[in-house]
Amino acid sequence: MAGASALDAKSLVLPDPLPLDSGQRLETVRVAYETYGALAEDKGNAILIFHALSGDQHVASVHPITGKPGWWDRMVGPGKPIDTNRFHVVCANVVGGCMGSTGPASEDPDGRPWAMRFPVITIRDMVRAQVALLDALGIAKLHAVVGGSMGGMLALSLAANFPDRARRVLAIATTARHSAQNIAFHEVGRQAVMADPNWREGDYYGAGKGPEKGLAVARMAAHITYLSEAGLTDKFGRRLQDRAAKSFGFDADFQVESYLRHQGIAFSDRFDANAYLYITRAMDYFDLAEEHGGRLADAFAGATARFCLVSFDTDWLYPTAESKHVVHALNAVAAPVSFVELSAPYGHDSFLLECPPLDRVIKGFLE
Amino acid sequence: MSLRADLAVIAAHVAPGARVLDVGCGEGELMEVLQREKGCDARGMEIDPEAVERCVARGLSVVQGDADRDLTDYPDDAFDCAILSQTLQTAGRPDELLDELLRIGRRAFVSFPNFAYWRMRFSLLAHGRMPVTRHLPVSWYETQNIHHVTVEDFRELLRAKGVTVEKSWFFTSEREIGGTSANWRAEHAVFQLSR
Repeated sequence: MAGASALDAKSLVLPDPLPLDSGQRLETVRVAYETYGALAEDKGNAILIFHALSGDQHVASVHPITGKPGWWDRMVGPGKPIDTNRFHVVCANVVGGCMGSTGPASEDPDGRPWAMRFPVITIRDMVRAQVALLDALGIAKLHAVVGGSMGGMLALSLAANFPDRARRVLAIATTARHSAQNIAFHEVGRQAVMADPNWREGDYYGAGKGPEKGLAVARMAAHITYLSEAGLTDKFGRRLQDRAAKSFGFDADFQVESYLRHQGIAFSDRFDANAYLYITRAMDYFDLAEEHGGRLADAFAGATARFCLVSFDTDWLYPTAESKHVVHALNAVAAPVSFVELSAPYGHDSFLLECPPLDRVIKGFLE
Repeated sequence: MSLRADLAVIAAHVAPGARVLDVGCGEGELMEVLQREKGCDARGMEIDPEAVERCVARGLSVVQGDADRDLTDYPDDAFDCAILSQTLQTAGRPDELLDELLRIGRRAFVSFPNFAYWRMRFSLLAHGRMPVTRHLPVSWYETQNIHHVTVEDFRELLRAKGVTVEKSWFFTSEREIGGTSANWRAEHAVFQLSR
């Protein structure tokens, strides 16, 4: 669960209620965000970075709960590919999240935690909230919008729904729709949370103990989808964890088990389980073509931005074919688009890890 | 930066401001000249990811793709002009690739090394081995040039398809030569085509 320190982050309350795709609306929406680098006088040097499912606004600043560097610290900063000496980087926690933006752990109008009474939100709702944030910050047109994974979905959604707001759109390791397999993995995660007796239909706030175990299992399952088979074999193989022989029991004998358990626990220490349900739901509902009459090209009919899509050859969560599907649609409307499939061993998570060609592509595209 | 001879002649004959697709654009040398000097809206396709990466880093719009498969992604008449330089002979089906070029572009420029160039013929005749030359520098077993073609072969294909030859240029040692006996004398050829 998010600690109190997250609430100290930079944030603002949107001046207007937020209309939602579900037909409901959120009367009061707080958006927590971080900025890096100075905003130019003409406000033309802003880059909006969208975070992924488990990310947050701390793209290049120390995480207030874990104390670890920002999730894209290697990419964003002075002299880095997204150079904060030149660009003003904005990164906001998505609506439905748990790092200071309004989400299921926030208080409803009656002062109780929303829990599962929080309305189901979509990727486009998250984008609407961040466009409202840009309005509040006085940023009319972004130099670029950048995102990987769910962040890439948000970037594509912004390009489709607010085509005048960005000059460049960089979408990495992402997709224009969640596949049956993507939805299936998310459902496993949600069911793990809901099967935890401490979930209590979502009303665990103030109960002392939440569904940390269920959330940890959800994270373990999801984490496997972020890595390549070769990457797992390379990193762990069948090596045993701190022991010479198998225990003939159910301890974490294997290093890979120990690693996943650690990932699960670390995640449930910093993330709200209900937020995980809502954000995975938003990703599952995402189908950019469906929003635009069933034809993806129509989603980009009004696009004026330059696009760049990047996929990784070992990413089986959002494989290259998904990026090419987007490229095809952009070609159909003659949008200027670049696409490259990079070779990296780490699977979907490659966009977060050491990958020098990605650095060069990002730096070059933002020039 | 000076362009290779075939690229220079293509650059000189692409209409200013045209929407252009450079198929097999390499590191984008031609695209850059077309954008800078002729105000073209140039797009590229390239199979080598490292070359694509360099293109993107230069600010060019280039899609990683295989000319044999991925041109189907583009709608009819998407471009004023499609360019295929020194790539025809690497295609799985050069005839189908030509159809694709003239489907997505009203006009096409195609350049290729002429396998009937007299040095090739001589080399094959005298040594009985597949020629290895400056333009075709790789041994038969590792060359990407899987469909060697001559100027006459190409003309025959165009006739069979009813494709119009608007212009043609021939080069030997990077210098333009006349069209007379080009099938003997030309080391490589450039054709400007329309449907």
